[in-house]
Amino acid sequence: MNPEDLRYADSHEWVRVEGDVGTIGITDHAQKQLGEIVYLELPEVGHMYDAGDEFGTVESVKAVSELFTPVSGEVVAVNKGAVGEPGIINDDPFGDGWLIKLKLSTDVEIGKLMSAEAYGEYVAAEEQEK
Amino acid sequence: MSVEVETPAAVARDPRRPDPRPLPLVFERSGEGKIGYSLPPLDVPDTIGIPEALCRAEVAGETQISEVDVARHFTRLSQRNFSIDQGLYPLGSCTMKHNPRTNEEMARLPGFAAAHPLAPEALSQGTLELAWLLERALAELTGLPRVTLQPSAGAQGELAGILLVRKALERTGRARKTVLIPDSAHGTNPASAHFAGYTVRELKSNPRGTIDLDVLEKAMTDDVAALMLTVPNTLGIFEDKILDIARIVHAKGGYLYCDGANFNAYVGVAKPGLMGIDVMHMNLHKTFSTPHGGGGPGSGPVAVTQSLVPYLPRPTVERRADGTFFLDYDRPESIGRLRTFLGNYGMFVRALSYIAAYGNRIGEVARGAVLNANYIRAGLSGVYHLKYDGPSMHEVVFSDKKQSELGVSNVDIAKRLMDYGFHPPTMSFPLIVHGALMIEPTETEGKPVLDAFIKAMREIARECEESPDLVRGAPHTTPVKRVDEVGAARNLVLRWRP
Repeated sequence: MNPEDLRYADSHEWVRVEGDVGTIGITDHAQKQLGEIVYLELPEVGHMYDAGDEFGTVESVKAVSELFTPVSGEVVAVNKGAVGEPGIINDDPFGDGWLIKLKLSTDVEIGKLMSAEAYGEYVAAEEQEK
Repeated sequence: MSVEVETPAAVARDPRRPDPRPLPLVFERSGEGKIGYSLPPLDVPDTIGIPEALCRAEVAGETQISEVDVARHFTRLSQRNFSIDQGLYPLGSCTMKHNPRTNEEMARLPGFAAAHPLAPEALSQGTLELAWLLERALAELTGLPRVTLQPSAGAQGELAGILLVRKALERTGRARKTVLIPDSAHGTNPASAHFAGYTVRELKSNPRGTIDLDVLEKAMTDDVAALMLTVPNTLGIFEDKILDIARIVHAKGGYLYCDGANFNAYVGVAKPGLMGIDVMHMNLHKTFSTPHGGGGPGSGPVAVTQSLVPYLPRPTVERRADGTFFLDYDRPESIGRLRTFLGNYGMFVRALSYIAAYGNRIGEVARGAVLNANYIRAGLSGVYHLKYDGPSMHEVVFSDKKQSELGVSNVDIAKRLMDYGFHPPTMSFPLIVHGALMIEPTETEGKPVLDAFIKAMREIARECEESPDLVRGAPHTTPVKRVDEVGAARNLVLRWRP
């Protein structure tokens, strides 16, 4: 269920790299854990982030959670559609529910993230811990 | 205390009784010409010289309503509400304990209730003395030398505490940028630290749900102003390594802040000041039984160690050698004023009344709270999952792990509890327990109520297995059935008239 062409962070975000641009979203597992999302806050284009920085918040009826970028770079696009209709993150987390696009500062960080398979195992281990 | 408990059978709706009609809004009760007051005729000119152009000819949409309609409207609303006066309100971390009526009587004494905040010192000796006495009582209970009563609630107390730390560090040329907060802390802590200008770093708890000393040691650098520790934490677990924690924080020149919202778990039994805690807020509306949850306002006094005393908010209440009291504004190092006058004064009267009623036996409050939480824990263990199984203090955090495998969530369980005549517990918090059900019975309840609650929770667990749809569709017996929380959040309607 986790697309093979994406890289995954332990904070449950994914990154899709196309050229020097990385698209970031939250995983299907993350949206299921949050439940129906009712509010989304994203940064403006032009913001600079280091890997691990908080770039926004996502709110469900249960809880507010921070969003962390797994990679460094400058924001070149934000998904305004998802801000207006945050339910789209629940419906299509790996597609139309993407959050921001970063112009990547480096290509070494991406290699440190998990593959789809490794992330699947990570989630299974986390479920065990509950 | 003996309390009558409504059984599910008594709560279940009588089929012969029609469903209650939806209550009209107070605006919808408006009728042309209805008035709820009558004033004597004017004996002075009816204008005060406001230019005609600035005067409104009529007030659009003004609600015209009679006094009896207002009284009935709000009485009916209150009858559909649920409060601690009706039954168990086990909202974890909120400490919904009984508000003793004698406290209300004290707060309504005209000498307190009608005191004018601008009355001269000579006419305010009684009110000042009460504030001074409450400060002394809280200082004694916390084991810390001074207390400010100004903060209006817990979160303002947190902010005040962190601003005191910040000022102290800046004054001594040791300004820092970071505050450490464990993932088991109250949610307001990161907001308060951020508001005070600090960067927040989260500390991951160990598998027991407490501070991992190795993680703390690594994170505790020369740049850390304070560790904000909730004691006991939001899992209801006491930080039994508190002395080591204090040693690590102090070794690097940081301050140990205690979120004392859960002070009711050890008030009168242990003193935070002796644990190495430097600064701590308390909630009079939790530990000291003043009303909250709509009945407030709150009050969040902050107790401090000697080195922070110069920075306390001004004015402080002081006693002269001749026994008279005064407000001391001459505190040049103070962080300033946090709010008008002395704080939420009516709460001071209630809290002192509560403390005085217990006297030296106030530790019974904590013992009762801890006993009750553990009684519920023992009654429900095995039925609901317990992720962290360290000894519980004043609250116990179960999760819906077993029930979610049957497709029933903590939300459904909480809603179903209403059908059994209980207020739901705190849910989905702390975040480190997925599907959390955070239960805090407080010392208020006697064994019959706790037994009824345990029975209801066990019954619901059985329903999750046998008839999950019944639970998923709950509540069935409340005036308003399941509300559309997602729809309400996504499509905000903030005006009655479009």
